[in-house]
Amino acid sequence: MRLLYFAWIKEKTGISAEEIDVPASVTTVAELMAWLKTRGPEFEHAFARSEVIRAAIDQSHVRHDAHLAGAREIAFFPPVTGG
Amino acid sequence: MIRVQQEDFDVGAEIAALKAGRPDIGAVVAFLGTVRDQDGAVDELSLEHYPGMTERELERIETEARARWPLQDALIVHRVGTLRPSDNIVLVLTASAHREAAFAAAEFLMDYLKTRAPFWKRETGPSGSRWVEANAKDDAASARWRSSKDAAE
Repeated sequence: MRLLYFAWIKEKTGISAEEIDVPASVTTVAELMAWLKTRGPEFEHAFARSEVIRAAIDQSHVRHDAHLAGAREIAFFPPVTGG
Repeated sequence: MIRVQQEDFDVGAEIAALKAGRPDIGAVVAFLGTVRDQDGAVDELSLEHYPGMTERELERIETEARARWPLQDALIVHRVGTLRPSDNIVLVLTASAHREAAFAAAEFLMDYLKTRAPFWKRETGPSGSRWVEANAKDDAASARWRSSKDAAE
């Protein structure tokens, strides 16, 4: 699946997008964030306060308990500050 | 209609375009959001967004407003890129037969945009650069419009 990172999450991970194979045991957004944290210090830092991070699956807002099944694009970003 | 763009916009021209050929419009409400400088602390404001989702989310918000109020038309224009104090950021126009729907819908559109449209502001000033933090007041303003239907979101 394709992962996207925005704003300070992008700065901390050092990348804006990547294609990645996620282990089959990772089935929800919360589990994905927990798994991403294990990929290295940048990711551990970026997802340290995962409770404040928002997620979207295929460009729709989702909660952390949302399932990943069928997802093509998953985005992580801080609470939005437009307007 | 919604637009995301780097270029500035002309409020008068946007209102004229909205009204053109629509004599059934009796009220137009315009909200203009601009870059605010916090006591000389802001030289520059950068707006990042999520291309694709931004447009989809703004379209959803507009569709929701049209379902809730009898609107003749609505427009959301949001800028991205690097802006300076006093620059225009966002324009919301709502048009209806009478003022009540236009006022309410404009407020709703801004409240929902503030909490759902994927834009992020970064301020740069004399003391450095920082991501603007989300405001709890915006969540409260958005929540008051929520029906039981979308309370789960």
